[in-house]
Amino acid sequence: MSVVEASAPTVRKTSLNAVHRQMGAKMVEFNGWDMPVEYPCSGGIVAEHMAVRTGVGIFDVSHMGDIRLVGPQALAAVQYVSMNDASRLTIGQAQYSALLYPQGTFVDDVIVHRLGEGDYLLVINAGTREKDFAWVRDNTRQFDCKVTDLSDDYTQIAIQGPKAHLLLQKLTDANLSAVKNYWFTHGTVCGLKNVLIGRTGYTGEDGFEIYVPSDDATSVMVWNKVLEAGQEFGVVACGLGARNTLRLESKMPLYGHEISDTINVWEACLDRFCKMEKADFIGRAALEKAKAAGVAKTLVGLEMTGRGIARDEYRVLDTTGAVIGYVTSGSPSPFLKKNIGLAYVPPQLAALGTPLQVEVRGQGVAAIVVPTPFYKRPKI
Amino acid sequence: MAYPADRKYTKEHEWVMVDGGSATVGITNYAQESLGDIVFVDLPKVGSEISAGKMFGTVESVKAVSDLYAPVSGTVSGVNDSLATAPEAVNKDAHASWMLKITLKDAVEMNALLSAADYEKFVAEEAGK
Repeated sequence: MSVVEASAPTVRKTSLNAVHRQMGAKMVEFNGWDMPVEYPCSGGIVAEHMAVRTGVGIFDVSHMGDIRLVGPQALAAVQYVSMNDASRLTIGQAQYSALLYPQGTFVDDVIVHRLGEGDYLLVINAGTREKDFAWVRDNTRQFDCKVTDLSDDYTQIAIQGPKAHLLLQKLTDANLSAVKNYWFTHGTVCGLKNVLIGRTGYTGEDGFEIYVPSDDATSVMVWNKVLEAGQEFGVVACGLGARNTLRLESKMPLYGHEISDTINVWEACLDRFCKMEKADFIGRAALEKAKAAGVAKTLVGLEMTGRGIARDEYRVLDTTGAVIGYVTSGSPSPFLKKNIGLAYVPPQLAALGTPLQVEVRGQGVAAIVVPTPFYKRPKI
Repeated sequence: MAYPADRKYTKEHEWVMVDGGSATVGITNYAQESLGDIVFVDLPKVGSEISAGKMFGTVESVKAVSDLYAPVSGTVSGVNDSLATAPEAVNKDAHASWMLKITLKDAVEMNALLSAADYEKFVAEEAGK
């Protein structure tokens, strides 16, 4: 029955799917995609994680989606559907932002790239592709701009780690040292002209994301060339397992966990990416009210001080054992060698050093509120 | 991977080696491979009663939590405490990294377990799914 299951039409595959399988990756279904979770040939999640923190690792993130807005009113459209201030972007610059519901909760978080005059690219999450595209299209009809779903046009490869720039520089004519964090450029990569190269990522480490044509032959050629060029730097292929532990250490939100349609911007502590002073945007009015009312829950970092691992959706207890919140993401931290988690708790229990408990298999295990991000990369 | 014929196996991917009235229990190589990097092993105390088919502990990898089910009934007579500080030993050699020693309640329960050859067949089917 394996053949039938492998080709089930409901599970989507990236153009690199066959390569992952050839490499012996453990595959899982993630948001409707058949994706590698870890590669035994890379040494598994911990080895992949450490490679990104200390060297370089590559990820197939082609399941991410892309929406392009082009037209004289593209900026106005982006401003209206996203919470950050896109008018501050120079051509070649990107910013973290989010699409919000009128309630001030999250449709998705996005990276907004200003490609040109009246030309923006939103990079969105895999699980919310269709929803995001419909949301952006339907809510920008009043603006003179064309909204296109380019999600299937690109194979997106993330090259992440302190040695990422050394690796990628071998494969491109673009001067990478001139590309600052959260900026992008276009250049020839592996012989392919005009490839978008962003100094972005989801690991908390320096790194790049490249967008190449999604046909299988091109995708596989680029993936293999990146691996080959990275050999001298000890590059490894990394799966979604390491991607999750890396982003958790860096406190980068994951849709459906730290942010969702029931969590607002203030609760998620994403204030600095939400520009209330810009012109009206979807969610703004509700956020103004919510700010005045104050939050009922807030996102904190937890470190387990007792013996036990916090996991997604575990309950958070106060020291008396009363349920006061829940863990959004919890895991062992491969770099810090501690058990960490992000959790929603009432603001009065959010102060650094507050002793709490996480319920692990019916037992309260001691935890403490700690500063976040858990990991911050050293400044070069 | 060859599964040693000196012991028996369960469909929950544990191995059991019997020596007289005592059994030694661990998880199989297939189990450690599926779990990935093992970071936490939670085992019962010496003296606890465990019964066949019931959960007796937990093993956690970076990405997953997996319950351990007792292959046979009995009283825990020994616990491999070194796994509390070095759980990665299970990844290195699952068939040498025992977890529990049990004083068997009823040796007949062993008859219900799989031989090495049958377990290997079972694992091949699991992997093909």
